[in-house]
Amino acid sequence: MSNTVEMTIVKAINAGIRKAMADNEKVLVFGQDVAALGGVFRVTEGILAEFGPKRIFNSPIAEAGIVGTGIGLAMRGYRPVAEIQFDGFVFPAFNQITTQLAKMHNRSEGATKMPMVIRIPYGGGIGAIEHHSESPEAYFAHTAGLRVISPSNPNDAYWMIQQAIASEDPVLFFEPKRRYWQKGTVDLDSPPAGMHQAAVLRQGKDVTIAAYGPMVATALQAAEIGATEGRSIEVIDMRSMSPIDYATILESVKRTGRLIVTHEASTNVSVSSEVAARVAELAFYHLEAPVLRVGGFDVPYPAAKLEEKFLPDADRLLEAVDRSLGY
Amino acid sequence: MVQFLSPDGTYAVPAEYAEYGKIIADLKEEDFLKFYRHMSRMRHFDGEATALQRQGQLGLWVPAVGQEAAQIGSGHAVGKNDHIFPSYREHGVAITHDIDLMAVLKMLRGVNHGGWNPDETRFHLYAIVLGTQVIHATGYAMGVKFDGKIGTGFAERDEAVITYFGDGATAEGDISESFLFAAINKAPLVFFCQNNQWAISSSVETQTTVPLYQRGAGFGVPGIRIDGNDVLASYAVTKKHMDDARNGGGPFMIEALTYRIGAHTTSDDPTKYRTQEEVDYWTARDPLTRLEKFLRRQGISDSFFEKCAEENEIMAGEIRAQTFALQAPPIENMFQHVYAESHPLIEEQAAWLKGYEASFEAEGGAA
Repeated sequence: MSNTVEMTIVKAINAGIRKAMADNEKVLVFGQDVAALGGVFRVTEGILAEFGPKRIFNSPIAEAGIVGTGIGLAMRGYRPVAEIQFDGFVFPAFNQITTQLAKMHNRSEGATKMPMVIRIPYGGGIGAIEHHSESPEAYFAHTAGLRVISPSNPNDAYWMIQQAIASEDPVLFFEPKRRYWQKGTVDLDSPPAGMHQAAVLRQGKDVTIAAYGPMVATALQAAEIGATEGRSIEVIDMRSMSPIDYATILESVKRTGRLIVTHEASTNVSVSSEVAARVAELAFYHLEAPVLRVGGFDVPYPAAKLEEKFLPDADRLLEAVDRSLGY
Repeated sequence: MVQFLSPDGTYAVPAEYAEYGKIIADLKEEDFLKFYRHMSRMRHFDGEATALQRQGQLGLWVPAVGQEAAQIGSGHAVGKNDHIFPSYREHGVAITHDIDLMAVLKMLRGVNHGGWNPDETRFHLYAIVLGTQVIHATGYAMGVKFDGKIGTGFAERDEAVITYFGDGATAEGDISESFLFAAINKAPLVFFCQNNQWAISSSVETQTTVPLYQRGAGFGVPGIRIDGNDVLASYAVTKKHMDDARNGGGPFMIEALTYRIGAHTTSDDPTKYRTQEEVDYWTARDPLTRLEKFLRRQGISDSFFEKCAEENEIMAGEIRAQTFALQAPPIENMFQHVYAESHPLIEEQAAWLKGYEASFEAEGGAA
């Protein structure tokens, strides 16, 4: 009998972190407000009470320092799990992440490993003020030396955070904040797949939608609606933006002949741009239509009253499905 | 400013620095001779590396002439368990920790980005992006404290960390954040700032309006200024504050006031932004000459200095030969250590390049 439990993504990440901390005393959790408060989204709630202030502590409001000291702690043999409070606040740490964290293993010719996880709640849809709704994953997926992943459901959240902490490489762990309270079944005994493996969540034969993070739920919703209109839509949860699991995407595209890639991030020079280019290279003769991208517009994330028009929704995905089928 | 050796080589301990003076009193003649030997090796190595760059054997050289006392003195004050986080001009500190100088030259020839093992040597890799290493040192020192390796009551178990940076780097936010993280964690860390007064062409007045040794105070990191051209001041003050850090005294900042006699790098032309009078002023305060004058007063004879010069010539010859013999690394090195664990994109590209290169051989080799 499998050992399953219903929980939200917030609780699943929390449970995954606790499991990792219990398994390995070198795991440290830090960031702004993560200790007594449990983080502004309560992802780390209760960890202070369970593990004490040597394992989880608040950091000064200095993102470069949070990541930079994390690098030093990783050199010392710790496995830091740092929280960046919001997506738009990661940029003060951009230098430390891209010039140091990403390159230390390469610079040291393998002598220095960087088993660090940077957790970042990301994406919009929560009616927030500026810098609280962004999707900066492409900057990091572009940087060699980093691994970039995003869970879309509680089971993945529980397992992927543990896999990220166990990784000997630095992992940017993007948490879909508007889905934090989405419930699902977590299998506490067996992991679903490796953290870089994509998953086919819904089978279909007309068109494939590849999504990750918060857009997976939207893609599944579009597939549901599409089915009522006679569209058979396959939905892939990419789960990982670096590396990208092309095998799963290509296998699907070779059956459906059509691919739509979606995310909340602005579309220009994005993860979907890369997937579109690679699929065109690798499955050109299987494609019945150009690969279409459905993402945010190439504007700064808008004020909350306009975010509904910025974010791709099921209708925008279905419009793309129709365009794809029109070729 | 802490100074024990005046520019003419006179040794005196001012009453206010008696505590540091006691550390010097514990030194033996062989220690003074080691300081000189290493400082002169550093100077000679620098000249040789500059020549190699001029001959096209190195892509770049980063001279440290004038900073020998600051580096050799402080480097020797670092204990056997301690860790060092250098910037990119710490060739002298590398000498004090037996780093193979060819590893430094390899990097500047473009063979790799850093060729020694920081865990084994406790001398971490050079950091090119200014100030980045200071926050790593801070995190490392926090880890030392978390591990309970300070103030154990057993000196041989305690550990501390020292990090090197220049006056220019103090302007970087990473260093201000380091002061803060080190202070709130009471981390066993010595911030060693070599104020060589020039950041490429920007004078120190561009980076600060207050003396740099005061920079940490607002964060809770006290500091002191030393004569960075006095190897005894550099040794004694660093030793004292590394000992304090190991005993749980928390972070401390040392500003070593020195001067970059040479260019920023071999690509720089300092005649465009500073006067010969200024260079002459500092050349008259040369750290190596100063120590030599002191040692001669102590009765050290010509034969010692001649032997140092001989050893330096031998080293220079070896370095020349080894540099000429350095080969370009194998192509796969580019891909090998990007990640610790498998990454399909990198593996795919490595395989593609291998096949592409092999295709030329299949065609019978390039014409």
